Amino acid sequence: MYDFAYHKPTTVADAVKILSADSDARPISGGQTLLPALKHRLNKPTSVVDLSGIAELRGIKRDGNKVVIGAMTRHADVASSAEVKAAIPALAQLASTIGDNQVRNRGTIGGSVSNNDPAADYPSAVLALNATIVTSKRRIAADDFFQGMFTTALDAGELLVAVEFPIPEKAGYAKMKNPASRYVMAGAFVAKTGGQVRVAINGAAPCVFRQAEMEAALTASWSPAAVAGVVQPADDMNSDIHGSAEYRAHLVTVMAKRAVAAAG
Amino acid sequence: MPQVTLTVNGKSHTVEVEARTLLVELLREKLRLTGTHVGCDTSQCGACVVQMNGDSVKSCTTLALQAEGATVTTIEGLAKADGTLHPMQEAFREYHALQCGFCTPGMVMSAIDLVEKHPQGLSEHEIREGLEGNLCRCTGYHNIVKAIGAAQEVMHGRSATLAPAHAAE
Repeated sequence: MYDFAYHKPTTVADAVKILSADSDARPISGGQTLLPALKHRLNKPTSVVDLSGIAELRGIKRDGNKVVIGAMTRHADVASSAEVKAAIPALAQLASTIGDNQVRNRGTIGGSVSNNDPAADYPSAVLALNATIVTSKRRIAADDFFQGMFTTALDAGELLVAVEFPIPEKAGYAKMKNPASRYVMAGAFVAKTGGQVRVAINGAAPCVFRQAEMEAALTASWSPAAVAGVVQPADDMNSDIHGSAEYRAHLVTVMAKRAVAAAG
Repeated sequence: MPQVTLTVNGKSHTVEVEARTLLVELLREKLRLTGTHVGCDTSQCGACVVQMNGDSVKSCTTLALQAEGATVTTIEGLAKADGTLHPMQEAFREYHALQCGFCTPGMVMSAIDLVEKHPQGLSEHEIREGLEGNLCRCTGYHNIVKAIGAAQEVMHGRSATLAPAHAAE
């Protein structure tokens, strides 16, 4: 790992100041993705800005018909939160399956969502639940946030502060994990919120995406059988040593069926 | 050079480190606590697991500076001063839950966190799931799972002494 300068600000404003002044500075939250990348020298930041000293970024609260989760909230905290389990059990279940116990004790929702790894879990929940991303300067709708592989709407120096999840009537998540790495091969998050159905697919393509045909099928009839007949085209699916595009496309339908069954 | 102050196995240390120094490097190279191992160095194998502020974490994927003010327990901090082993260590010994021993410190540290967070008790399946972040290339996990199952009874006070391995057969 190349060496870097280390900063530990205590407010979002101070963190933004450091990140805005230096385009080669990188924020670190749990570090479960960034540190391995630094070890491989895939990344050479001049300075690393540790967000763990910023109290305002941490915590889970119920706000009317929403659950608001601070960026520095760890996966283990979301998984065990009584508030999340009561309001959006599928989100707590998703958090309980990210990586392993040790990763969940360090990794954060803000880090996962900002990084937008194609194989990450949280982006599917953010997109299917139509969450709002609250940043250091604005609010961004989920549909506008995820823009491509490892790419989001966040500007340089802009920090994700919290994610606001509307509470759905029904929601479910299912994924096929790579048996060695535990990363998602294909996953589906299905949700019905205020009568509107959204289906988000992660792991299968370069970026999380909404499956419109499945949304229409579930709007007509909310049941695993409704999505069973929807064929996901293989054209834009990832293809690598872990699975072909055709295999992933097939998994998308299987995972969507399981997610609907889990949602009940 | 930056400094980090942390408590390791009950003792406070203030150490100069580089910003890029990993927690595991601080433990092994600065404090000479070499019981914590580096296996894969890519956050998959769990040989480097220690407890930090009551949670098991991979010390190869944590910066030393991120442990500022933290309370860290390593494998060296488990046994009592008189040499009495922690119930989890005793169970690993009794159930022969190791062969080469390289993964053992991380296994024990992960297992203790797992048991402490499940006071209601863990099924065999839950123990296996809970070890997802720890790889063992010798044992096939079987005796590790048995050891953890026996240790949890002692740790939660449901049994005063460890069930002997032969009784579990």
